[in-house]
Amino acid sequence: MKNFHVAIIGGGVIGSAVAWELSKYKLDVVVFEKGVDVCSGNSKANSGVVHSGINSPPGSLKARFCVQGNKMFQELSEKLGFSLKWVGKYIIAKDEEETNELERLKKVGEENNVPGLEILSGREVKQKEPNVSCYRGLWVPTAGIVLPYEFTIALAENAVLNDVVFYLETKVNGLKKTKDGFLIETNKGVFQSRVVINAAGLNCRDVVSMLEKPDFNVYPCRGEYLILDKEYSSLVNSMIYPVPVKELGVLGVHITPTIEGNILLGPSAEFIDDLEATCTTRDMMKTLMEEVRVIIPDIPEEGVISAYSGIRCKLASPSEGGWADFRIEESRKNPGLINLLGIESPGLTAAPAIAKKISDMLSDFFDMSLKDDFKTKRIFDKRFSEMSLDEKSKLVKNNNRHGRIICRCEQVTEGEVIDALSNLLGAKSLSSVKYRCRAGMGRCQGGFCTQHIVRVMEKNFDMDVKEIKLKSSESNLFVGRTRETSEEG
Amino acid sequence: MIEEVFDVAVIGGGPAGLAAAVSASENGAEKVVILDRNSWLGGILPQCIHDGFGVEETGVSMTGPEYANMYIELAEKHGVTIMSETMVLGFNKKLEIIAVNKEGVYKIKTRGIVLAMGCREKTRWNVMIPGDRPSGVFTAGVAQAFINLYNIMPGKNVVILGSGDVGLIMARRLKLEGANVLGVVEILPYASGLPRNVVQCLDDYDIPLYLNHTVTYIKGRDRLESVTIAKVDKNMNVIPGTEKEIKCDTLLLSLGLIPENELSKNAGVEIDNITRGPRVDQFYETNIPGVFACGNCLQVYDTVDALSVGARHAGKYVAQRLKQEKTKNSEIFVKPGEGVRYVVPQRVNQSGPVHFTLRVTQPGESVFLNVTSDGKKIYRKKLRFVNPANMINFEMNVDKTLLRSNRSLEVSVHG
Repeated sequence: MKNFHVAIIGGGVIGSAVAWELSKYKLDVVVFEKGVDVCSGNSKANSGVVHSGINSPPGSLKARFCVQGNKMFQELSEKLGFSLKWVGKYIIAKDEEETNELERLKKVGEENNVPGLEILSGREVKQKEPNVSCYRGLWVPTAGIVLPYEFTIALAENAVLNDVVFYLETKVNGLKKTKDGFLIETNKGVFQSRVVINAAGLNCRDVVSMLEKPDFNVYPCRGEYLILDKEYSSLVNSMIYPVPVKELGVLGVHITPTIEGNILLGPSAEFIDDLEATCTTRDMMKTLMEEVRVIIPDIPEEGVISAYSGIRCKLASPSEGGWADFRIEESRKNPGLINLLGIESPGLTAAPAIAKKISDMLSDFFDMSLKDDFKTKRIFDKRFSEMSLDEKSKLVKNNNRHGRIICRCEQVTEGEVIDALSNLLGAKSLSSVKYRCRAGMGRCQGGFCTQHIVRVMEKNFDMDVKEIKLKSSESNLFVGRTRETSEEG
Repeated sequence: MIEEVFDVAVIGGGPAGLAAAVSASENGAEKVVILDRNSWLGGILPQCIHDGFGVEETGVSMTGPEYANMYIELAEKHGVTIMSETMVLGFNKKLEIIAVNKEGVYKIKTRGIVLAMGCREKTRWNVMIPGDRPSGVFTAGVAQAFINLYNIMPGKNVVILGSGDVGLIMARRLKLEGANVLGVVEILPYASGLPRNVVQCLDDYDIPLYLNHTVTYIKGRDRLESVTIAKVDKNMNVIPGTEKEIKCDTLLLSLGLIPENELSKNAGVEIDNITRGPRVDQFYETNIPGVFACGNCLQVYDTVDALSVGARHAGKYVAQRLKQEKTKNSEIFVKPGEGVRYVVPQRVNQSGPVHFTLRVTQPGESVFLNVTSDGKKIYRKKLRFVNPANMINFEMNVDKTLLRSNRSLEVSVHG
């Protein structure tokens, strides 16, 4: 039976950040992820915002880890190679009454040590954001954007580089306390670990239930998004947020630029019963459009190239106001089980700070000596599409597979697709390719590139067409050959 | 960077690009190149293994690959240079093209460019179908490529949304390969593909066509499990209570085509909001002198035959332009009027007979096509049947007086 020091349940952004942080130490660390890749749950389905920390009450863990995490991003981005842009955000007030709310947020932000906050007139906002009309705007310069999947993948693959073991498509079915640790039952066998870190996101309560009766509930709250074509990238330069919705403990439908030039509209906030109901709905798609049109009236409906939803892991019900703090704590009944509960927004921003906190907590268990050969690698180099013509020329000369474009919308080369499929995690779904090199993410949504990626999977990676998956274990893309040849039976 | 010089560069080696390149050569252009991103020529044709191609043009019904081959041979005969697996990254007003292939990055100097990039299929998000995002949802053309080019079967129990020609042809194709085709769902009160395809692909195989219906929900966390279809009213709004869930593992989308003009837009080519293709004059020339457009990137054609005829004209005109500068003339615009969705060309700047193509907004019988200038009728033609699926052609003489009038022509079709 394989024995680890630390087992992390969940390969989302939190699990991956913890794994990377712990990979610096002389510890045997394993991550169990039920999806076919890391970041296959809600870590990928959010606004991708590095929050400043103005939205969480002073003294809360959310405020503390958000502000701390925010400060870590610049260095992480340079080291690990994920993209980061400090685009800043405006929270806009429609009238005097909402301006009071801006004042309040500014005060909270200042208490949380968020620098550079400024309340601007509508005209000043318009100078920077010609498409946005408002009465006043709160300027938040320390808000940034990342691609959440790119961030998570960079963390996870760097962890692998430092010998963390990731088991993909591995679901934890049971946990048992032993004398000096835990037995972890999965569909890939039974493992043993001294410490278990519950980073299961929305499923955090299920993991706790395997050992003890949870003292909390999870209230899933779905947020739907629409994605606009890059053609409309000039609509906004910074993030544009309304004054937050008080009742639900959420930030409201906002307009977010993305690293690649698409624009996100959303998210909605709707409490639902089902932890996995990451669907989009006709009514909400309509509502989102209506709400963003309050901010920018001429946002075009035909500009939408995709839609998705994510589910917030809330620990407070709507009747309790929907807001609850993060819980980062060791179980009293089962020492060695460290629970990360209710890590919703600003969880992405907080992830690196939470990971640091975990490594501090682990000094109770291990002597935490650093590895001598810890390595960091920029997982995402400059993309072909971002290169100058000279750089492109050089790249093709070095490896002529970069001379063949496979995804025309995002200008992704065959070389980039092969690199994506050769990832350190061994993730080989179509989504794994998409999230690593953007093939299939553009306006034609895979119309041109899917066939070419499938050919690369078959030819270069010897994959059987029946085994090719879209995004999860059961999401097979094809049923088989149209006509079987005699060799194939 | 590798430098090349050609008289004419055609972007796209599908049927339009081939026909334009052949015609440019036939009309005197010496160095002609086709730049195509695929490893094969013919664009979508090699996956169209059904027949019916070339009937109007040659009197012989060919399959897609046969039709493509006819033009590939002609291109070879005329010494057209082929650069395949070559992606054009951009072009400019000086008629320089930047392209890349495995040899490297190219700068191609030309004296004339023909845009023939074709079109792409609309996705579920172009019509905003809500629900889950499972595998098993394909555009019809992608499914066709998998079955016909790669011997890969996308699914077994299939619903098709949209009765465009590719959707109809795929209904039959899947049926022939043993799939269970549960129905074709069309939001309009009539099929949007050609009537002959409705008969040959659906009726002959007892595949139900649900008119005035649409897909309202896609269900399946992993692989597609079901779609919900519902009836729509005259304004295409879903009628509550008419929803019906159909279990299936595959949904094909045949929702229409969008001309591919990202390259054109980046270069500054003016785009028509309706056709979503470049605005051209009677010579198929865009607002950028020396840049011509043809095929499905100009307007989505109904048949490849009509497309090739247009592309041959574009090829002829680009060759002529090499020999003769364009004379500056006054220019008039052509606008769609009642019952007409669009008219191509959108501009006329030389007197003489002009060939127009248009599509109507709705089906009709015994209607009149009228062209007016400042309210005055200057052309009239009786049409027995009109259908949005079928393009309408007419030729009208534009004389010097009309050209100098500075007044737009309006084309309408009504009873």
